[in-house]
Amino acid sequence: MSDCLIKGNEAIAFGALDAGCRCYFGYPITPQNEIPEVLSALLPEAGGSFVQAESEVASINMVLGAGSCGIPAMTSSSSCGISLMQEGLSYMSGSHIPGVIVNMSRGGPGLGDIGPSQGDYFQAVKGGGHGDHRSLVLAPATAQECYDMMFRAFELAFKYRNPVMVLGDAIVGQIKEPVLRRPPADAPGAAGLEERAADWRLEGYGRRGPDATPRLLKSVYLAEGALAARNRLLQEKYEAMKAETSVACTDVDDADLVVVAFGSIGRIAGSAVRLLRAEGCKVGLLRPVTLFPFPEAALQQLAKQGKRFLVIEQNLGQMIEDVRLAVRGIADAAWHGVMPGLFIGADALLDPIRDALREI
Amino acid sequence: MTMTEDLLAPRPDEELVFDANPVQADRITHYCPGCHHGIAHRLVTEVLHEMGVAPQTILVASVGCATFTYDYMLVDSVEAPHGRASAVATGVKRARPDRIVYAYQGDGDMGSIGLAEALHAANRGERITVIFVNNTVYGMTGGQMAPTTLLGQKTTTTPKGRNMATEGAPLRMSELMAQLDGVIYAERCALNTVRNIRAAKKAIRKAFEVQRAGLGYSFVELLSGCPTNWHMDPVAANERIGKDMIPVFPLGVYKDATGGRPDGAAKEADHE
Amino acid sequence: MSRYQDVIIAGFGGQGVMLIGNLLAQAGMEHGLDVTFIPVYGAEMRGGTANCTVVMDEHAIGSPLVRRPLSTIILNQPSLEKFQPRLAEGGVQIVNSSLVEKSALEPQRRTVYIPVNDMAHRLGSVKMANMVALGAWLKATGALPPEAVRDAMHRVISQHYARLIPANVKALEAGYAFV
Repeated sequence: MSDCLIKGNEAIAFGALDAGCRCYFGYPITPQNEIPEVLSALLPEAGGSFVQAESEVASINMVLGAGSCGIPAMTSSSSCGISLMQEGLSYMSGSHIPGVIVNMSRGGPGLGDIGPSQGDYFQAVKGGGHGDHRSLVLAPATAQECYDMMFRAFELAFKYRNPVMVLGDAIVGQIKEPVLRRPPADAPGAAGLEERAADWRLEGYGRRGPDATPRLLKSVYLAEGALAARNRLLQEKYEAMKAETSVACTDVDDADLVVVAFGSIGRIAGSAVRLLRAEGCKVGLLRPVTLFPFPEAALQQLAKQGKRFLVIEQNLGQMIEDVRLAVRGIADAAWHGVMPGLFIGADALLDPIRDALREI
Repeated sequence: MTMTEDLLAPRPDEELVFDANPVQADRITHYCPGCHHGIAHRLVTEVLHEMGVAPQTILVASVGCATFTYDYMLVDSVEAPHGRASAVATGVKRARPDRIVYAYQGDGDMGSIGLAEALHAANRGERITVIFVNNTVYGMTGGQMAPTTLLGQKTTTTPKGRNMATEGAPLRMSELMAQLDGVIYAERCALNTVRNIRAAKKAIRKAFEVQRAGLGYSFVELLSGCPTNWHMDPVAANERIGKDMIPVFPLGVYKDATGGRPDGAAKEADHE
Repeated sequence: MSRYQDVIIAGFGGQGVMLIGNLLAQAGMEHGLDVTFIPVYGAEMRGGTANCTVVMDEHAIGSPLVRRPLSTIILNQPSLEKFQPRLAEGGVQIVNSSLVEKSALEPQRRTVYIPVNDMAHRLGSVKMANMVALGAWLKATGALPPEAVRDAMHRVISQHYARLIPANVKALEAGYAFV
């Protein structure tokens, strides 16, 4: 049997390794420490480089440096550490430099706790850093998705020359589940990713033939109109990213009520939906797999079919804003929040979903 | 072929004894009159040219007056956020261990906001070279106090002069660097006199040779003038370096752990 | 009949709670089931109880956490106080009689009250109390054949401790035979 029983964090590390990650830079923080621990052992063996950085500030800038060379590079952290990385993320977006950032988030604000939380949704999908910076955001719900998404994350980072964030939490990171460690057949691998950077990567201009001129990756544009042009380019890039939108739907076709939830709350809501289906309730689940771009079109389509929505998330109300924006003018969306730091089972979501169904 | 090149081309009876350095861009810089960045740029690019490594080199630019370094140094370049050049250079070097990688940082960038990144890159012994320009002020933002501002020195944020009791003393980077095991070479030079400039070039050469040999981290501090923010003419600024700065920041080799491996070693005697 | 099963395993740190959780999940996976194992950590790591939840199902598992578990393995008194009230109606709890007062047991609960410490001690080491408890759980729930767990030990117990596997198998079998 090729299945292995590993934590989501370990799956992230194996996925990164198999996807072609060549450099890892990171600083310890719970609940994601298995990621650097696994990579510190395996990445150098695979010919890559592992650095335990002095801070998350340094980590993200090391990713920026390696990314500027067109080398697949990543960091991982949790909430507080991700806050420290926001400047670097903004520079990476502004300079068109790829990199993968894993946020196995924890409860906040401040030092919070190390329990599950989705309180970093806004920070992840609205940019987080200064200026019109966006990261492409993927939200795994299972250890298998942790593994698989690392391939997608590196591929998208190089496709769009932009930071890609994998946003999980304590449950997704710490859960042990069967994982099939099997790279997708069409995965480009390190060499394939690096090849995609051939047109822009820094390598020393001598590598590009006798008449080559130096390349420059930067985000500063002071000349009149230059920053406007740069931002127009970024806008086009963010717009193009919409093609990557993906969702996981269950039981939505005949549903009156569609529960919208992502990540570990998404899978727990999935259990609740299954239990309620067994009771005869017409309820389904839409789990956004990309949080940016947000699955607006899928939600609009369901809204036009007359469905109602209940957003369930483990924060004080963040994704609900994007759902309401998506379906504005067509439908409204109800909201149920789970307090950050709580470990909940499917039973905790049954009554909120029943209540929302009754209000239809 | 342009008119200019025609005029400058040596005739058969002439020997070319000096030519433009092709690693330095042929353009007017944005630096103020009397600023020493221009000299520092020239020394670095001459060294890269003389070593023949420019085509294999990646520059990490910092934030401050040196932000636009990449406009004048013709090598592949990346811009780092303020203070993060040593971390970015770490990432570049780890990604491309066979290239020459250097960061060019000012005193605010490296000694203040980026001190953690600077010291840890050095302590890890990253195989990079850092050129540290110390002119005792934040130049780009208009002359505020830097970590290297001298005691008593007036800046826009120390209007009565830097006071030990409230602002602390000037930070000595070369001395700090010399304490770290990862540092193979650390030297402080000045750009105020011809002799010191020549010593600085030797130090820069040595630093890049240390990197080329893969020995570890190399560091050159350049005491530089900022006439604009010192409110002096360039001659007075040069004199200030000798009279006020060098006594606080003594010149010389602070660390040489090469064991004589790469050539071109500078000695204390080279400086004035 | 659904093969869905869940269990919360709880005890002091050092009682091997996480080890048998891992072992059970590995065995379930090798038996063809989807499984999840999740440790619940936090303040409880220090001094109180350590616990983990294992879920097994023939379908893809949604929630890896359960408020009202179908079964529990309780290795110390604080764990009983915490998890007995949460046990699902009709659920079964395996309770370590070596460390848990009989008076604390709710009489309406289906309980296997088993001296896992004493039994493990007689088999050679009290450290195997967790295996005795797991054996009892396997019999009481019928969730997996004991052979599946026995076989999975070779993947879960590190090479360094492989020599202890035969004794642990005996402990598992003793717990199984007790019920």
